[in-house]
Amino acid sequence: MNPAAKAIIAVLLGAALCRVGAAADPASSALPMVESYCQWQQTDLMINEPLCGLKGDAQRGRAIATDGNRGNCVACHNMPFADVEAYGTIGPSLAGIGGRYPEGYIRMRVVDTKSFNPASIMPGYYRDPAKIHRPATAYVGRTFLTAQQVEDVIAFLMTMK
Amino acid sequence: MNGIAIRALVVCTLLGGSFAQSASAEQLSGYAFVKDETRAMQDDDFANPGLIAVETGAALFTTPFRDGGGTCAECHGSEGEKLDVQRIAAYPVYDAETKSIVTLQDRISGCRSKIANDALPANHRDLMALETFVRNRAHGVPVSVDTEGAERQALLERGEVLYETRYGLIDMSCHVCHTVYAGQYVRGQKISQGQTNGFPAYRLGTGEMANLNLRIIQCMNLMRAEPFRADSEEIKLLEYFLSARSNGLPIETPAVRY
Ligand code: HEC
Ligand code: HEC
Repeated sequence: MNPAAKAIIAVLLGAALCRVGAAADPASSALPMVESYCQWQQTDLMINEPLCGLKGDAQRGRAIATDGNRGNCVACHNMPFADVEAYGTIGPSLAGIGGRYPEGYIRMRVVDTKSFNPASIMPGYYRDPAKIHRPATAYVGRTFLTAQQVEDVIAFLMTMK
Repeated sequence: MNGIAIRALVVCTLLGGSFAQSASAEQLSGYAFVKDETRAMQDDDFANPGLIAVETGAALFTTPFRDGGGTCAECHGSEGEKLDVQRIAAYPVYDAETKSIVTLQDRISGCRSKIANDALPANHRDLMALETFVRNRAHGVPVSVDTEGAERQALLERGEVLYETRYGLIDMSCHVCHTVYAGQYVRGQKISQGQTNGFPAYRLGTGEMANLNLRIIQCMNLMRAEPFRADSEEIKLLEYFLSARSNGLPIETPAVRY
């Protein structure tokens, strides 16, 4: 094998391994306890009350939104962060989202867009687990994010003006 | 895909040219969606890590079965030169007797089982290496899955339903990513059309070989869905549907893919 090809393989394998390594990080992939599902109320396509009456933390929310094992919002959305290199282009950019919409609107979209738009592909991060088809065994009965995590993400999105 | 679309596909195949999978989208190999470096890696016989699996498969091809009696090479030639590459390009096939889909790995394992009671479980490393070696014999031959007849059409339709079903916490279907959003990015990764002509392929994302069956399971894991079992009817229907959709694309096994 010529040295250039070897170098390319090394770089590509390195990149691949780093990703695998990151995905296997137990600290970020450990599942929280299954918790009971809090019902929420939709009014004019908004959810105005925080889930389970919880208060969000914007700093934690930022970490959740960019973490590949948790929110991973950047899988599909652009967000204006210098420290995140790989974004998705499937969803609209979330830059300035908190300045454009009221909190209740954003909560509705993050919790369960499909409840009012069945064609949507935005994952319902707090969709009723009973409506999920073939969840992996480890996720049966769980929402994508916990109610607290959803409130954290929303608190964070509201700081993006 | 409805009956009309499949008939259109068959007509296009018969006309013997390149054809599009639908009126709007051009049919493109996964090769068209990966980075330039990845393409270069696939094209270089010294750099393509998938060729290690081809070599492993070649060695297994001439290794005696468990009971010591016979090898694949005895019937098919030591380089597999007695295999009909056109038939290899036609897998998965419909077996009229059992009314089921038989994938290439099923056929290889079935052969070992019949001759020497030496079957290998689906997606076993050795079986995947054998599959890679065998499919590589048909390198450059266009995928040509048979879609003729009512039984096959019915199975393709069931495959398409599975392709369009939402799974897991991500709650998306294969169709959403590989038909609607092909060419878009998921976390910096360009989504392809999910074509099958490169498989078994070496995956940079895992650093291992994946055949089509395993690749589908990996996508379902990504969706945080309970994947179909490797030997289930569902996954074979998906393999059949996806492969028919790849008809006309030249076989690239072993491709290098993300
Ligand atoms: C698999 C892709 C995907 C992921 C992951 C994703 N989204 Fe979305 N999102 C979309 C798409 C596509 C839309 C556009 C509308 C639709 O399809 O419902 C959207 C819409 C939205 C909207 C409404 C924006 C508007 O302009 O109306 C918000 C807010 C939002 N997403 C937030 C998030 C947050 C927060 C996360 C992570 C916790 C996230 N999204 C993860 C695909 C995704
Ligand atoms: C959330 C998006 C998403 C969903 C849903 C999804 N995939 Fe994928 N798939 C990807 C990405 C990203 C890749 C890697 C890039 C590529 O090759 O397309 C991939 C790769 C593939 C490949 C390999 C293509 C190649 O040439 O390397 C196949 C085949 C495939 N997917 C089939 C499926 C099937 C079948 C389903 C449904 C059971 C499915 N996918 C659901 C995102 C998705």
